[in-house]
Amino acid sequence: MASRGGNLSIVGLAVPLRVWVQRFAFLALVALAFALMLLSKAETAAVERARLAIVDDFVPVLYALSRPAQSAGEAIDAVENLFLTYADNARLRRENAELARWVDLALQLELENATLRAQLSHVPDNTPNMVSARVVADAGGAFFHSVLVNAGKRDFVRRGQAVVAQGGLVGRVVAVGERSARILLLTDINSRVPVIVLSTGDRAVLAGDNTRQPKLLYLTSTAPISPGDRIVTSGDGGLFPRGLVVGAVADVAEGRISVEPLVNFARLDEAMVLDYGLDGVLPPPERMPARDGPSPAPSK
Amino acid sequence: MNPGEIAAQFERLSRGIVPAASVLMLALLSVLPMPVAGLATVMPAFGLMAIYYWVVLRPDLLPRVVVFALGLVVDALSGLPFGVHALVYLLVHAAMLDQRRFIAGRPFWLFWSCFAMVAVAAQAGTWVIASLLRGAVLAPLATLATTCLTIAAFPLATFVLVRLQRALVGAGRR
Repeated sequence: MASRGGNLSIVGLAVPLRVWVQRFAFLALVALAFALMLLSKAETAAVERARLAIVDDFVPVLYALSRPAQSAGEAIDAVENLFLTYADNARLRRENAELARWVDLALQLELENATLRAQLSHVPDNTPNMVSARVVADAGGAFFHSVLVNAGKRDFVRRGQAVVAQGGLVGRVVAVGERSARILLLTDINSRVPVIVLSTGDRAVLAGDNTRQPKLLYLTSTAPISPGDRIVTSGDGGLFPRGLVVGAVADVAEGRISVEPLVNFARLDEAMVLDYGLDGVLPPPERMPARDGPSPAPSK
Repeated sequence: MNPGEIAAQFERLSRGIVPAASVLMLALLSVLPMPVAGLATVMPAFGLMAIYYWVVLRPDLLPRVVVFALGLVVDALSGLPFGVHALVYLLVHAAMLDQRRFIAGRPFWLFWSCFAMVAVAAQAGTWVIASLLRGAVLAPLATLATTCLTIAAFPLATFVLVRLQRALVGAGRR
């Protein structure tokens, strides 16, 4: 572009030229934006790579910035807990009495299970390898329910892997950069998770709809379902492993069964990416390195 | 090199960096995980506020290409199709470049109400594009709430940006 300090004749020429160039630049950028949208919609590899590269660059910054927000959250928790101590105590005593009964039952069943498995020479389920990652961005606002975590290819995170936190399913990995990954939450409108209703054994699909409570679709029978029934993944389709706790039925209204996820998405600081070595609809991933120590129970 | 010269150089440098950096920082603020239930879906669009602020008060410091690039960064982080925020930012920039002389130097309520219009248009635009590209009508109520919060939070962003501008950038031309 012509400099402002040129002599008169150049300025006389340069001003219309400048306006013209600027107008052209504007239209070119608008056209570029539309082109990028279409390329991105078609999941063009180059555009996806560029996106992941940008996310990779910003993950350290987001990590640093998310610390104060997390500390604030912990402070709020501390104050809240102080006020709730009395009520919590009473509730926990009640629950403890109830759970003591369940422990006895569980021990009995464990023994029975072990005996039966020994009789059947049962092949145990795959125990997952896992990587734990910090949630650094809660992105997309009202349009896209996803979070970014600070673990990527170099941590053996691969597309399609299931992500859990706080003992429940969070969603699955949809894009992986070198040191970052995007997780599609199970509340997003594009999320579909094959599940089982534990009380009836019915299979269904848990479909997100961009609200806080996803809904159950394609129930296999008309057996009655009531609020509080627990929902776990069924492992159908091979994308999610079987038996991860998803949540509980919140409300059964006409034609709509909504599910309250177990995970509190507002307090999602840490998430665990699980690798069961499932191929699903995606090419087989490279396995995460095996770890010593106790394997993470899908349901805590 | 005397202190005055160093100060002048520093000012030139900060003029070049501060507007774009402030847009980026505020945009990052919008995607940070917040420990309040439901806030993530209705987080105000802080990046938009900064774009509006700088294009009205110092358009010379925030070139169009930079606005476009900042939009792309927001798109990459938010996971929406590439170009959605880039386009919205670009249109806001162009519209305000045209209208800024009616706002710059006028009372704050005018500055604010004009931003309200920009925010409504920008959120509605983002909503339409995102809905078209994702093939579904996306949470209109949450979008409305986001818009209201964005308008309500504008004085907060202005408070920070005014101080940044006074300390590091200067008033510039009207």
